Amino acid sequence: MDKTINQKAWFLVLPVFLVVAFSAILPLMTVVNYSMQDTFGNNQFFWNGVGWFKELLDPSTDLGGRFLASLGRNLFFSAVILAIEVPLGIVVALSMPRDGWTVAACLVILALPLLIPWNVVGTIWQIFGRPDIGLLGYVLNSVGIDYNYVSNEFDAWATVIVMDVWHWTSLVALLCYAGLKSIPDAYYQAAQIDGASRWAVFKAIQLPKMNRVLLIAVLLRFMDSFMIYTEPFVVTGGGPGNSTTFISIELVKIALGQFDLGKAAALSLVYNLIIIIVCWVFYTVMTNAGVERQSAKGAA
Amino acid sequence: MARIDLVDLAHSYGGNAADPESFALKPVTMTWRQGGAYALLGPSGCGKTTLLNLISGIVTPSRGKILFDGVDITPLSTQKRNIAQVFQFPVIYDTMTVGQNLAFPLRNRGVPQGEIDARVSEIAGLLDLTPYLKRKATRLTADAKQKISLGRGLVRSDVAAILFDEPLTVIDPELKWQLRSKLKALHRALDLTMIYVTHDQTEALTFADTVVVMHDGRVVQSGTPAELFDKPEHTFVGYFIGSPGMNIVPAEVRGREARVDGHIIALHRSYDKLPPAAKIEIGVRPEFVDVAAPAPGLLSASIERIDDLGRVRFARVRVGDAKFAARVPPGFSVPDNTAGLVFDPAHVHVYADSHLVEGTL
Repeated sequence: MDKTINQKAWFLVLPVFLVVAFSAILPLMTVVNYSMQDTFGNNQFFWNGVGWFKELLDPSTDLGGRFLASLGRNLFFSAVILAIEVPLGIVVALSMPRDGWTVAACLVILALPLLIPWNVVGTIWQIFGRPDIGLLGYVLNSVGIDYNYVSNEFDAWATVIVMDVWHWTSLVALLCYAGLKSIPDAYYQAAQIDGASRWAVFKAIQLPKMNRVLLIAVLLRFMDSFMIYTEPFVVTGGGPGNSTTFISIELVKIALGQFDLGKAAALSLVYNLIIIIVCWVFYTVMTNAGVERQSAKGAA
Repeated sequence: MARIDLVDLAHSYGGNAADPESFALKPVTMTWRQGGAYALLGPSGCGKTTLLNLISGIVTPSRGKILFDGVDITPLSTQKRNIAQVFQFPVIYDTMTVGQNLAFPLRNRGVPQGEIDARVSEIAGLLDLTPYLKRKATRLTADAKQKISLGRGLVRSDVAAILFDEPLTVIDPELKWQLRSKLKALHRALDLTMIYVTHDQTEALTFADTVVVMHDGRVVQSGTPAELFDKPEHTFVGYFIGSPGMNIVPAEVRGREARVDGHIIALHRSYDKLPPAAKIEIGVRPEFVDVAAPAPGLLSASIERIDDLGRVRFARVRVGDAKFAARVPPGFSVPDNTAGLVFDPAHVHVYADSHLVEGTL
């Protein structure tokens, strides 16, 4: 087949190319440029090659030690909040009413935490947990639990995790609820006739039908929790010690605190790369699930 | 295996105190024998699905009782009723294979594994599902999925009745015939009571030996397809069943004569005691009215169009304000505008307020 070749079409892409170039490619290249250099005061730059990247992956150096330790905290944090929020979100969605005015009430109440800005959430919990004036801190201490998120590592972690669960379980619950609502009544009726127990209904109908939304929920919650910054920064400031210092907090410390632009640039590139890789893995898994569904439809 | 008795059964979604006219199902009393094939036929919203859900226990009746073999099962939950139901859209458990789907009702009831395997392979054989037993059920066609839903009902040996809620809605037309004859064959082979809800008269008339016609929450007639055709007890049955439906026109009836548009039509029976205030109509199926050349003794009608159905032709005509459908005898060439109508007196019925009136011979 003869196809007319018309290279002029490229001009149509030019505006987009320019916008993307200025908004994404140039800043990224600047970061790449910084990541290869060391900075001193008065804007003096010295070539360092891949030195920072080598340091990042070497736990014996200061930079590498801090990066790998905070990476470990990030992964642990994401694992814990996924392990809590996903099952909890499912339980909340399952116990929500299916119709009536209570549905609207539940949805509004669930949506409230999602509407609060991150730093406000942090401030709320910072005050809430204070042993002197905070309701939570005061009550815990007065019943004999020695709770202080400023000085105790475990308390700091517990506060950050509970805060995230409070803030984001709603998202998982709302997604699951949407998935549950899309199941036709006939499925429940058929299960009743088949004599299925509550657990069997969950396993055979509800969980499989929620599959897709659960994948989306896990993806969103992983990405978001892996990039967490504001809330722990406001509540604990990364402490006590470095116990709640996540990669993002470390990054800000290096870039703005120490003004080590080279180290910070290298760190942010690697951070970005991790997120992109995880994104890609999730995307592949999800589209594969979609393909399976498509071929099933084709057969039907 | 059971005889099903409905005793003064009624249901309102608005609660018992509501006005009886608003009931989704108005009080009905009837008996369905064990092993019968019944069809509940009626337009959307006539209460047929409500009646089905009452029997399966998905809906609890506002009033009345349901007996299986004389035992009142009204308060029992769906699980305890030994009922199987096939829904409009195929319900299959996505994560399971066909075999696991079929085994599911038995597994839930704690049947021993050996027995489950035996039942599943027996039912799979009956439904021609044996080659698919190990396959994921999601990948099958709609008709195979419907067979699985049916199979989950059949697999239980204690099933009292199988209920079908418009099960062929999503099936391709050519497969509908196959699946319907499969159902017929299963009914003959298994001696099960089957109750089939549909709004498609062809489905109802070919499947059932007794068709229960419902209209506006009421059972208007229950009978064999031939009874419904020959002697509709309600004008609704007349025009809902048959294609085209029965002609129903207002008339003055006196003795053995009906007067329509100033013309007298002879009746086979005598009607002397018609209720005085009632709306009197006569009903006659198009199959029993022939178009003829206009003649002085015949009711004259203006012809609007001819429907050629291949095997038979029907003329759509107008008598005064009333519309008629009438058969065109084979080989008869229809006049351009006016024709006479010849009635078969034996098949002209008289209705008072939409209900059939029995005349005396």
